[in-house]
Amino acid sequence: MKTSVFLGALTVAGFAAGASAAQTLDDVQSRGNLNCGVTTGLVGFAAPDANGVWEGFDVAVCRAVAAAIFGDPMAVEFVPTTGQTRFTALASGEIDLLARNTTWTFTRDTDLNNEFVGINYYDGQGFMVPRDLGVSSALELDGATVCIQTGTTTELNLADFFRVNNIEYEPVPIETNAEAQQQYLAGACDVYTTDASGLAATRATFEDPSAHVILPEIISKEPLGPLVRHGDNEWGDIARWVLNALIAAEELGVTSANVEQLAEEGTDNPEINRLLGVEGELGAMIGLSNDWAVNAIAAGGNYGELFERHIGESTPIGLARGLNAQWTEGGLLYAPPFR
Amino acid sequence: MSDTHAQTQPFVRGEMLPESEPPLAEKGAVKWLRENLFSGWLNILLTVVSLYVIWVVLSTVVPWTVLGIWDADSLTGCREIRDARYGEGMEVACWAVIADRWQQLLFGFYPRDLYARPVLALLVFFAGIAPVLFTGLPRKLLWGSLAAPFVMYWLLWGGSIWGPIVVALGLAVGALAFQVGNRAQGALLGGILAIVVPILYWLFLAGPLIRALASVLPIGIEFVPSDDFGGFMLSFIIGIAGITLSLPLGILLALGRQSDLFIINKVSVAFIEIIRGVPLIVWLFTASLLLNYFLPPGTNFDLMLRVIIMVTFFASAYIAEVVRGGLAALPKGQYEAGDALGLDYAKSMRLIILPQALKIAIPGIVNTFIGLFKDTTLVVFIGLLDPIGLSNSIRATTDWNGIYWELFVFIGILFFICCYSMGRYSLALERKLTRENR
Repeated sequence: MKTSVFLGALTVAGFAAGASAAQTLDDVQSRGNLNCGVTTGLVGFAAPDANGVWEGFDVAVCRAVAAAIFGDPMAVEFVPTTGQTRFTALASGEIDLLARNTTWTFTRDTDLNNEFVGINYYDGQGFMVPRDLGVSSALELDGATVCIQTGTTTELNLADFFRVNNIEYEPVPIETNAEAQQQYLAGACDVYTTDASGLAATRATFEDPSAHVILPEIISKEPLGPLVRHGDNEWGDIARWVLNALIAAEELGVTSANVEQLAEEGTDNPEINRLLGVEGELGAMIGLSNDWAVNAIAAGGNYGELFERHIGESTPIGLARGLNAQWTEGGLLYAPPFR
Repeated sequence: MSDTHAQTQPFVRGEMLPESEPPLAEKGAVKWLRENLFSGWLNILLTVVSLYVIWVVLSTVVPWTVLGIWDADSLTGCREIRDARYGEGMEVACWAVIADRWQQLLFGFYPRDLYARPVLALLVFFAGIAPVLFTGLPRKLLWGSLAAPFVMYWLLWGGSIWGPIVVALGLAVGALAFQVGNRAQGALLGGILAIVVPILYWLFLAGPLIRALASVLPIGIEFVPSDDFGGFMLSFIIGIAGITLSLPLGILLALGRQSDLFIINKVSVAFIEIIRGVPLIVWLFTASLLLNYFLPPGTNFDLMLRVIIMVTFFASAYIAEVVRGGLAALPKGQYEAGDALGLDYAKSMRLIILPQALKIAIPGIVNTFIGLFKDTTLVVFIGLLDPIGLSNSIRATTDWNGIYWELFVFIGILFFICCYSMGRYSLALERKLTRENR
């Protein structure tokens, strides 16, 4: 027994040493593609289309990072991960980047040895009820039966919310979102609770979406963002600044349509010039070519374009920008300066 | 003719009356109905209630299935077509999701222009398994069965043709080592050499040999990485590999458990009890999560291969116990008969014990196989996209979000076909092998 513990410790130590010494960027470049962890399927955020090509808002982050490194947004190998396997897949090096609508929390950042590189979607937990119920606020839900996915933070948030407000509820545990839709429509529960983006996506699939309302209360903070593992800060910098480049591009008015032109001709705005590599050597500082941001933006567009295409108001999901608007428009998106 | 009646009766009919038709109520369907469905007031009541329940179920399910819509490109499209065709409020299936995604449910993300390869691999599998299943075929075809796994591997994953060939050569190396050891020192040394030499060959010689041959004579087809495997193809590969590998391993474990050799006996017992004592899902998590930590970073030990190994171990522990049941059911006289004939251990097992024990164990073995095949859907929990996993992914697209039963029905039908045919084969096999009258 002692020997096996010792051997196990030795292996883990060896692994840790190996991981911290590993230069992820070199590995990725020599491999020729980026291994990106995504969900096995979440509406709007990641799903394979009929040809097996992954699409979605989280997927777009992977593609932008791949484009920044290789100039090719398709140089990504997507690894579907579940809620249980995601952090281990990242820690063991099976994936280089995890973009899987993961909430940034203290323990995940520190105890699990991850490095969140930013936030690509500010979410929060909400409630959906049938309009017939005549409820207009979550505080009126005393005695309601609530469909809730087990083993998620939503379960804990729900318990907190009802206890703080001193009201009773009866949980109906369910396993997946698809099952929750069926249960909710069959009337097994009065209320369905999950992240507001999920509620909007679910409601959009109903025969008669107008028969259901999403209550105004948002009872938790769910900042979702991509993350990398501890031990390679240079790699974390690349992921962080690709995300920042997408956000800054929207603020600066750089889109997938005009990015090539702006990069070629240059502009009067020195920040745009630095971002697009017309001035300065920002790319070299993170070990990439100088047109890294041009490639990342050209891959799918700036943050606003990605939002509109995958989850925005023009899609069936129809999410408003809300907290995810630029800081100049009352949102929380605030990319540090490129300088 | 006896004259018993001659004294008591004046006349006895000399010839038989011709058979007459039974009364209408005592024959055919009417009789069957009267006897089985309407024989008393309780039965009549139960029959009526049952018929009503059947009618309620069928009148909902049949229109839902038959009137289903095949030609839409999203769930919303399905609903529009349904409203136009049947009016609002009618519940019909939206089979369009199957029409749109059946390739993905069957093949995962396997490149579309290469679909012929997995199909061909399945045909090779059937060709390979035929001589094993049907004893009427010439025995020489068994050599084809031995080659089939390697051909299938090459067809599915592609790449250089030398990989499977060089690996297959390991079997020949093992056979050769057995012969050499057997001649020099007897069966024990032969057995040890037959295991050790091929492993050394695979570990140290196979890799360089493959590279050398590939550089001299590069023959190959396009390589498809395991990540692209999914859907039923994945279930089939895991299931078939698990089934074919777990049977021999399980038999060996069962024999090991009965063995008098201390170490072999204890190792077999420990293996069976440990593997069987832990749920399959835990072994799958071990394969996908824990092993990563113990392998040196950067090693790319294919997840699918890890899963196949775990599933095989798991099934073989169960097979071992089923076979042990068969072995225990044999009278002791059979073992003694083998000894009395002067057969050595291998021969008495091969010729006398195992044929009888396996025949007894067939229902249990096939039961385990069916269970194993269905258990392959558990890989969804470690992020492999089997049919269930793919149904989640399909639902995650905006087009098909909200669709539910159609995917499950399709998956269920495919699984039913496979499991039912396995069950029928085992019944046929049992009937064929019945020697004694029961």
